[in-house]
Amino acid sequence: MSNVSLQIDGKAVSAKEGMTLLEAARGAGISIPTVCYHEKLEPFGGCRLCVVEVEAGGRKSLVAACTHPVQQDQTVNTRSKQIDGIRKVLTEQLLAYAPESEVLQALAREYKADKDRFPREPSFCILCGLCVRYCAEVKQKYAVGFVDRGPSREISFVPELAATECWDCKQCFPLCPTSALQAAFVLTRSLRASPSPARPALNKQVETAPVPE
Amino acid sequence: MDTARIESIIDSHDGEASSLIQILLDIQNELHWLPAEALQLVSERLQVPMSRIQHTATFYKAFSLVPKGRHEINICMGTACHVRGAPRVLEVVQNITGIQPGETDPDMKFSLDTVNCLGCCALGPVMEIDEQHLGKLVPDTAAEVLKKYE
Amino acid sequence: MINSPAELEQRRQEILSGRDAGKPRVSVCAGAGCLATGASEVISAFNAEIEKQGLTGEVRAKGTGCPGFCERGPVVVVDPQQACYLQVTPDDVPEIVAQTIKENKIVERLLYTDPTTKEKAVRESDIPFYKNQERNIIGNNIKIDPKSIDDYLALGGYSALAKALFQMSSEQVVEEVRKSGLRGRGGGGFPTGIKWDAARNAPGDTKYVIVNADEGDPGAFMDRAVLEGNPHSILEGLIIGAYAIGANEGYVYVRQEYPLALENVGIAIRQARENGFLGKNILGSGFDFDVKVHRGAGAFVCGEETALLLSLEGRPGEPRSRPPFPATKGLWGKPTNINNVETWANVPLIINRGADWFNQFGTAKSKGTKIFSLVGKIRNTGLVEVPMGVTLRDIIYKIGDGIPGDRKFKAVQTGGPAGGCIPEEHLDIPVDFDELIKAGAIMGSGGMIVMDQDTCMVDVARYFVNFLTQESCGKCSPCREGIKQMHRILTNITEGRGKDGDIELLEELAMSTGSASLCALGRSAPNPVLSTLRHFRQEYEAHIREKRCPAFSCKELVSYYIDPEKCEACLICFRKCTSEAIQGAKHRIHVIDQAKCNKCGTCFEVCPSRFGAVMRLSAEPVPGPLPDELRIIVRKKKAKNEQRETI
Repeated sequence: MSNVSLQIDGKAVSAKEGMTLLEAARGAGISIPTVCYHEKLEPFGGCRLCVVEVEAGGRKSLVAACTHPVQQDQTVNTRSKQIDGIRKVLTEQLLAYAPESEVLQALAREYKADKDRFPREPSFCILCGLCVRYCAEVKQKYAVGFVDRGPSREISFVPELAATECWDCKQCFPLCPTSALQAAFVLTRSLRASPSPARPALNKQVETAPVPE
Repeated sequence: MDTARIESIIDSHDGEASSLIQILLDIQNELHWLPAEALQLVSERLQVPMSRIQHTATFYKAFSLVPKGRHEINICMGTACHVRGAPRVLEVVQNITGIQPGETDPDMKFSLDTVNCLGCCALGPVMEIDEQHLGKLVPDTAAEVLKKYE
Repeated sequence: MINSPAELEQRRQEILSGRDAGKPRVSVCAGAGCLATGASEVISAFNAEIEKQGLTGEVRAKGTGCPGFCERGPVVVVDPQQACYLQVTPDDVPEIVAQTIKENKIVERLLYTDPTTKEKAVRESDIPFYKNQERNIIGNNIKIDPKSIDDYLALGGYSALAKALFQMSSEQVVEEVRKSGLRGRGGGGFPTGIKWDAARNAPGDTKYVIVNADEGDPGAFMDRAVLEGNPHSILEGLIIGAYAIGANEGYVYVRQEYPLALENVGIAIRQARENGFLGKNILGSGFDFDVKVHRGAGAFVCGEETALLLSLEGRPGEPRSRPPFPATKGLWGKPTNINNVETWANVPLIINRGADWFNQFGTAKSKGTKIFSLVGKIRNTGLVEVPMGVTLRDIIYKIGDGIPGDRKFKAVQTGGPAGGCIPEEHLDIPVDFDELIKAGAIMGSGGMIVMDQDTCMVDVARYFVNFLTQESCGKCSPCREGIKQMHRILTNITEGRGKDGDIELLEELAMSTGSASLCALGRSAPNPVLSTLRHFRQEYEAHIREKRCPAFSCKELVSYYIDPEKCEACLICFRKCTSEAIQGAKHRIHVIDQAKCNKCGTCFEVCPSRFGAVMRLSAEPVPGPLPDELRIIVRKKKAKNEQRETI
């Protein structure tokens, strides 16, 4: 692995080839906000709060620091009017789902985000996917996953697996930036009483799943 | 459910995990929906976690996790159809069938869906019923057409 | 099995010698558009009639690829006269067989008639729709039965492959494509030669080439026409590309909404294998390559390269960050080159005729021809292939013959959901990759949707954003949430709940979604909003401030009203009303019950234009109904003229 030197916020930074901008910045003590990042997991690039401005070969572009690899002689800016503006809007959008989340409230203070900017939809889940990816990549249990797409995307436990695997694990709970995962898990159990009309095929499994105690 | 049929679909793709989408499409074409038992079987045979199958089956629009009605109505919502009045056709069809896109009526007569472009833009607005294309629709002809179905 | 270029040429001569060019031939477009208007019945009618009139063995009727003139389908061409008959029904067939085939006479009534000069056009090339095109790619469609490799071979098919394999090094093939200036036809417009070079130079023994036939833009069907109509041209391009890059395996990724394309591509692959164009030791060159078909299961985002690759691996198509690019890390982590259908179809032409030939078409930085699907409020709907650089005005008026009815042109939308709307004042820009971007739109895959005065531009923006809410994969938050919020605001505006600040909020969301999203879907999602705001801001303002839809299109802002002065109580609208909202009877002026009206607009459309009694109102109160006693029409007959009077 050869060394790569670049500039982040005017500071000369040295990094290893193959590192991401986020790793390089954090290694140099420069903080970049993230919600979906976790050092044990593959970079996801979902929350996009880590957008930074990269200048290479005279071209400026906005990239996600958590997925973008370092390059020799890159110039990186982690704050600008545009970046702050993006982080503000993104925080506001996520706050609509989880207004009480401490992680989001801290971001709101930093980027002057208004938690009432968008209509409330307190599902508590901001779809960072930490639980899904931790369960798959670290635990390799695949007990929780995404379902559907776009604005209809949700996380969903596979009931049979949740019944056998989750009760003694719960390692994803503390990862949740909105503390809502437990709610989702409890919800899975309660679903037995009220199957979702939209997804009977999934309910079928819910109905046959034993209740974890 | 015809387990042997599902098994043979899986076999025809050599039980490859990378063929998951192709296998689900074949099952969908055969049964017109994806029953939970079929997904379970696919998960076991392909050694693909159920959570990924759930995600895949809900991610792609071709799949349905509910049984379909006797007649499948697809209304094209492509841009050409849209500017020629497809939303008005859709609304009339919704009123008559009493269902929204993605739904099936309680009598299992009709399933209604919208599609993004059937590629018959010259005929817009286009409605497809049981794979038959009906073109240049206006709300009242769409209403007439539906009366023919039992 | 064909084992050498010499055998290929021999095979071609055999096919040609079996075909007498003077013999009558009937070609019926069997593309999806014409099939929907009854082309297969027309083909059956020809076969039956040919037998009935004792011509079996003398005449061949075949279904062919789509020649593009969908508006007038089913299209039939009879050779050797080259007579092009339009809107043919099975009832017309006996006359065509008796007259044209037997008597060598043209059936005038089925020809194209110029709407102004009333002149008839016998041949395809005489019809203005075709005359102004340059049909390098789709021109052959009507000559080819897509289910027969012989038709393709007869036209010199696979000779470009033989040339590449036996007369050119892989490097020379890449260089020829680079020199041609070919740019990706799927939307990005990236130079194809540079892309190929990157995949060629990427380290690794296993490489892949892929045809992206996940044509998802609503209102675009040019890829479908090539896949259905001339699948071998795509395969030939793909095999040449595989040779150039060093790939031995390939995929054709076709959306399952195109069953006929899937069928024809499947048949073409089988025939190519049987004839030695796919498999081991292709044409005896020592080069091995084979291809599989993957059906897309309905996700627009899979047109994005990294999503397409995940989908090929059997996963949900959620894009991942680039770099690394597919050229170095693609399918299963191996170097992969993905090109669109039309891009691949250009390759055999470039290899056969050379980069300089290709270069003569187009503008400085956009070379060759491009197929557009010209749809919407246009007289001649269909596929048009023109050299890059032709003006939008020429496409819309010379080829498309303008706007139907007495309506006025308002805008043309190009580039699909990532594109933009271009107003009248920019119609003279030459159509190429860069000029369209300057006008706030993009080339995209070639959708061209014409809109007239009845199209609401806020509604168009809402339409595209709605499309994207359904098609966003939901992985990254700026796209998932930004599109959702833009959709909410646009819906509010079109439904009369717009408020001050909405436009500014749309612009802010457009900025965050457009600059922070993970993939091109999100990054281009704001374009329909931004381009309509740029050219039609006053329409947004009318909706927000006056609750008025200037196009009378937004249902919540429009009312239908029957002018009692003009109503002749003809009962047409009464009968056609889809919600039983019209009260009326013979000799009784009709009245719309506003509470029951579902605003479907049927009454407005069916009211005879000589009455013009049904009116659309927006931001105006609907006058109350006349008292019952004033609604009776008494007609007094005076000579031939009817005079009406209400009591």
